[in-house]
Amino acid sequence: MAVISYIEAVTQALKEEMERDEDVFVLGEDVGKRGGVFQATKGLYEEFGEKRVIDTPLAESAIVGVGIGAAMYGLRPVAEMQFSDFMLPAANQIISEAAKTRYRSNNDWSAPITIRAPYGGGVHGGLYHSQSMEAIFANVPGLKIVMPSTPYDVKGLLKSSIRSNDPVIFYEHKRAYRLIKGEVPDQEYTLPIGKADIKREGTDVTVITYGLAVHFALKAAEKLAADGISTHILDLRTVYPLDKEAVIDAARKTGKVLLVTEDTKEGSVISEVAATIAENCLFDLDAPVRRLAAPDAPSMPYAAPLEKQFLITPEKVEQAIRDLAEF
Amino acid sequence: MSVRQMEMPQLGESVTEGTISQWLVSVGDKVSKYDPIAEITTDKVNAEVPSSFSGKITALLAEEGDTLPVGKVMCSIETSEGEPAAEAVPDQTSAATSSADTDQDQSMKKRYSPAVLRLAQENDVDLEQLTGSGRSGRITRKDVEHFIASGKAAQQHSSSAPSAAHTGSAASFSEAVAQAVPKRSEPAVQSEAGDIDIPLTGVRRAIARNMVRSKHEIPHAWTMIEVDVTNLVNYRNQIKNIFHKKEGTKLTYLPFFIKAIVAALKEFPRINSTWAGDRIIEKKAVNISLAVAAEDALYVPVIRHADEKSIKGLAIAVNEMAAKVRENRLSPDDMQGGTFTINNTGSFGSIESQPIINYPQAAILSIESIVKRPVVVNDMIAIRDMVNLCISIDHRVLDGLVTGHFLARVKERLENISPENTPIY
Repeated sequence: MAVISYIEAVTQALKEEMERDEDVFVLGEDVGKRGGVFQATKGLYEEFGEKRVIDTPLAESAIVGVGIGAAMYGLRPVAEMQFSDFMLPAANQIISEAAKTRYRSNNDWSAPITIRAPYGGGVHGGLYHSQSMEAIFANVPGLKIVMPSTPYDVKGLLKSSIRSNDPVIFYEHKRAYRLIKGEVPDQEYTLPIGKADIKREGTDVTVITYGLAVHFALKAAEKLAADGISTHILDLRTVYPLDKEAVIDAARKTGKVLLVTEDTKEGSVISEVAATIAENCLFDLDAPVRRLAAPDAPSMPYAAPLEKQFLITPEKVEQAIRDLAEF
Repeated sequence: MSVRQMEMPQLGESVTEGTISQWLVSVGDKVSKYDPIAEITTDKVNAEVPSSFSGKITALLAEEGDTLPVGKVMCSIETSEGEPAAEAVPDQTSAATSSADTDQDQSMKKRYSPAVLRLAQENDVDLEQLTGSGRSGRITRKDVEHFIASGKAAQQHSSSAPSAAHTGSAASFSEAVAQAVPKRSEPAVQSEAGDIDIPLTGVRRAIARNMVRSKHEIPHAWTMIEVDVTNLVNYRNQIKNIFHKKEGTKLTYLPFFIKAIVAALKEFPRINSTWAGDRIIEKKAVNISLAVAAEDALYVPVIRHADEKSIKGLAIAVNEMAAKVRENRLSPDDMQGGTFTINNTGSFGSIESQPIINYPQAAILSIESIVKRPVVVNDMIAIRDMVNLCISIDHRVLDGLVTGHFLARVKERLENISPENTPIY
């Protein structure tokens, strides 16, 4: 098993899928010669050529629109949004076209497109390079939204996304790209979309989260274990549609649930998780369900101290778990 | 010099806690032994706590309104009295700090989460027996799970089963109610701006608990008779001044009523009984509980062996009880052992009432106002002194027939009161 970074997992998955299936191609801003602004597509242009690694204009609507068209004709496009912040010009293509193609055509057509987008803050990115955009797409039936936390999950889930016969939005935390490293098997594997994963077993408090916050929770849990507080951590991995069964099981496990997202609080993905728990777990709950999220402010601030204040941190997660444990 | 600690005293046999209604001293005050330092309210009685030491108050360890278990430290007093060498000063301070540590807020102790309630119900756990490890004493799901895993739940259950069998269905009924109705915090009644929140005293709490218990468990039935007490009124008016002069105490109508009722109770002992689940116990002693209203509470002191007292004896007993209530001198013993309750509602002008039985007795009787009314006597209209007697009975124990006979006997005795057949002594 090799230890690789989060972004290397992205590159490996793309490379292996392109090798496996010649219908797979990538398109996006600077994905070709430049290898992507984060270097996620590094080396693909050299290996697969300009017809399968396509540099596009700064036009997200076109990137996704072209991808949908190609997908409908049988190809497997992987469209890159340079930052998830810039997805909104493509929102019409994603919500009104990609998500509804199968339904509208009575199952005659489908749009097996994967839309990759780096999201998230903590990189001193300010207003236009820090946002979490998942909630905007997380009530659009027809879409799947995958948000992995580890290199292992990234690789396995990106492959499944590319092989999925329906559109998938694949969010990659840009701060995790080089921060998070992990073991990945040498042999071929995929992971199922729509399945959450228990990242740590525990008995006192359940933390349900996704993305980079999973690592905050793991770090906090490690510290709290020394104080005798046992934390159960569920990584959603797919935030839409939710793995309700796993959410319910995890909530029942301890009866004290902390939900964590880097997104702003109201109407976020974890709000739906909270509703699922409320609908199903009343008689197992031992404390009010708590949400730890960014404040409901318009944007992540640029100034470093304010950014830190805005973001969730391992310390904030630790405090919230401790608070629930003591409840 | 040493620091001694005053503990919450035990103010009666079954008393387990007391509420500090008022501190009579402050930090820094000098007190002598036996000086009152605080007023305590318990379920049964209000009392002043005398100091056990002479010295200076150094700390009050509870607020007014705090309820402390018996034996809990209330305050500390610096005293110059000699003391056993074993009680060294460092021990005292460590004891004080540890008691301060355990003196935690227990406000969440009875706030049960859905998970805790469900587990308790499914496994027959009496949550009162658990100690909460959560914030402010809250019992957590884990606490219940540990309790169940430790096997104590089964023990708790098996130990409660035989006692239920002994006392029979009444006990199991109340237990069944307690189990069927999940313990929940009462719905919060919000006070609005300008409303006044009145904290509950121990007595108020006890009244509420007893009333609810009685109404919950006892199927009440109610009846009323009217009695012509013209003879009684005349007789009492005739002798009251002489009596007062001679005995130094007032002669009211009440002793006459008690006398008649007690005599009837001797004839119908079933009225003087109690429901025991699998049987009815007819009480040998005739101890009359007398409902006496205080400013904002109701006490029921007991006149013991009322059947052995003359009208004069009853008059003295009634006045003494009334004085004790007024002066806040009732002891818990004064309120125990009643077998039948008399309620003098007439004293505030009532002419009809439906009293709630004083649990676990079988009946309670209200004496209403004596009023002059036109009534038909020998086919003529006459102005007579009339009084209504209202009785509530435990219909498990008593039926209408025996109650009717009992009331008829009371009526007969009252209507036949005369200087000839009603001696005062």
